[in-house]
Amino acid sequence: MIELKNLTVGYGGKTVLRDVSLAFPPGKVTVLLGPNGCGKSTLMKTALGLLPRQGGEILYDGVELDRLTTRQVACKAAYLAQSREIPSITVRRMVLHGRFPYLDYPRRYRAEDYAAAAKALEWAGAADLADRPVQELSGGQRQKVYLAMALAQDTETLFMDEPTTYLDVRHQLEVMAVSRRLADMGRAVVLVLHDLSLALREADRLAVLSDGVLRQVGTPEEVFGGGELDRVFGVAVRRVRTESGWLYYCRETQTSKETE
Amino acid sequence: MKSWQTSCIPSNKKYVQICTALAALVLAVALLNLCLGAQKVPLGQVLQALVGEGSGTTAFRIVRYVRLPRLCACLLAGGALAASGAIIQGVLSNALAAPSTIGVNAGAGLMVALCCAAAPTALQLVPLAAMAGAFLGVMTVMLIARRTGASKITLVLAGVAVSSIFSAGIDAVVTFVPEALNGYSDFRIGGFSGVSMARILPAFLPAVLSFVLSLLLHNEMDVLLLGTEQARSLGLPAEKLRIALLGLAAVLAGAAVSVGGLVGFVGLIVPHIMRSLVGEESGPLLVSSALGGAALLGVCDLLGRMLFAPYEIPVGIVMSLAGCPFFIWLLQRRGRLRD
Repeated sequence: MIELKNLTVGYGGKTVLRDVSLAFPPGKVTVLLGPNGCGKSTLMKTALGLLPRQGGEILYDGVELDRLTTRQVACKAAYLAQSREIPSITVRRMVLHGRFPYLDYPRRYRAEDYAAAAKALEWAGAADLADRPVQELSGGQRQKVYLAMALAQDTETLFMDEPTTYLDVRHQLEVMAVSRRLADMGRAVVLVLHDLSLALREADRLAVLSDGVLRQVGTPEEVFGGGELDRVFGVAVRRVRTESGWLYYCRETQTSKETE
Repeated sequence: MKSWQTSCIPSNKKYVQICTALAALVLAVALLNLCLGAQKVPLGQVLQALVGEGSGTTAFRIVRYVRLPRLCACLLAGGALAASGAIIQGVLSNALAAPSTIGVNAGAGLMVALCCAAAPTALQLVPLAAMAGAFLGVMTVMLIARRTGASKITLVLAGVAVSSIFSAGIDAVVTFVPEALNGYSDFRIGGFSGVSMARILPAFLPAVLSFVLSLLLHNEMDVLLLGTEQARSLGLPAEKLRIALLGLAAVLAGAAVSVGGLVGFVGLIVPHIMRSLVGEESGPLLVSSALGGAALLGVCDLLGRMLFAPYEIPVGIVMSLAGCPFFIWLLQRRGRLRD
């Protein structure tokens, strides 16, 4: 399990995260919420060791991150970046790169790596794309391929930075379904999402950030009840009961006041 | 998103076919270069001269002492520049990056000029100076680009600025020590007249070594293509690798500059052509680029010698005539894709 303790991050003389303590337990889908620029992506990158920190501890199964090599980290946590390069290679080749941390020099992919890549492609629902060039794919298909690459990495924790942005609604739901299945298999899944209603409906745990401070961590029920989302986003979050559980939606604060 | 790349990804079999074809092309160009010229030498006599028969004849002397060194220099420079360009474009993920556009060639040129001015007799130092200059060039450009923002066009603009400073440096050296660069215009434009085997060997070995090393790193290069953060999250020490690969690219470009002067465009256009033929996987791309660069520069040198025979035009002029339209076409295509 990855744990952050009193994490403080800043660059260019500006503090981006202040004293954040947060754990990403296995078997749970944890969603990071917060307005633009609140430090969600920074939190993820720092937890992965991609950004330097100013203070605090990052523990991987109890071991301080600094004592692990880049490769050891890559065997424990996978990362789906927000902005991506799309090289002109085949999908299969791309997903195979997920096996990179497991290879010693000269890094020839082994039969088991091909098997793991094939399995990951199936999991991500992209098995039929295996021989296509990544550049020819649509945004939703590329997302699946990147997801498959992260799955091929076979890590306990999976970080995804805005995996649903630019995706149509069906692909958004597919990403959430895969996250759920991974969590059910005992993985820790960590997502940055902008869609509050999607997050409240699908997540096990929500972590609400604003201005670099962790405001609240809890189940969707707790976070909804606490009203922190309303304050942080400046909206009124409401819900209605439907046949398939609670349905959350947002309204402007002003109009909601008038109706009350 | 790197939409400028053509997304044609053929199978391994097609890659082998393309490389075989390119190798055959290099061989054909090489033989033509040896046969044709102011004095035509029949193929039979060329082959005899190559295996060491018929020493003392005019044909033997022409082939062994004039055309063969020139051909070797030409193939070496073409292959090295194209491979260097392929590495640089991949590592910086920038379509417009190449030894001639981001200050690598100019840096090498400046160090060659300084080296020749300071130690005119130490010929074997020239390749080393060129490689050091090339590395200096690429690192300067990288640092400036990083300081001013990491956008892809910044890198190219920084390259233009640094190149012109280095060029001014070359001019200054030549002003103070006019005999530093014998055949100065040839060096500036890029040309192979009067090259000798003694000048080629010290450049050849490091170039081959660095090409082999970069081939050994082809899997790492492929992962680096996914972007720095993604590569690091896959356990690759991306920054170290990037500098190591740029160092290898600098050795290749420096080797080329030390034998052929500042030839432009080969390192820019050949990787683009090859990418559309074999895709973007680094191994195939490097091998095919090296072969294609050698063939292209061979053809250009042949044209330079033949077009206005008995007058010769330096290979750099032919290369620019062919390369410039391609560069403009590339810019235009990028513009259209962005819209």
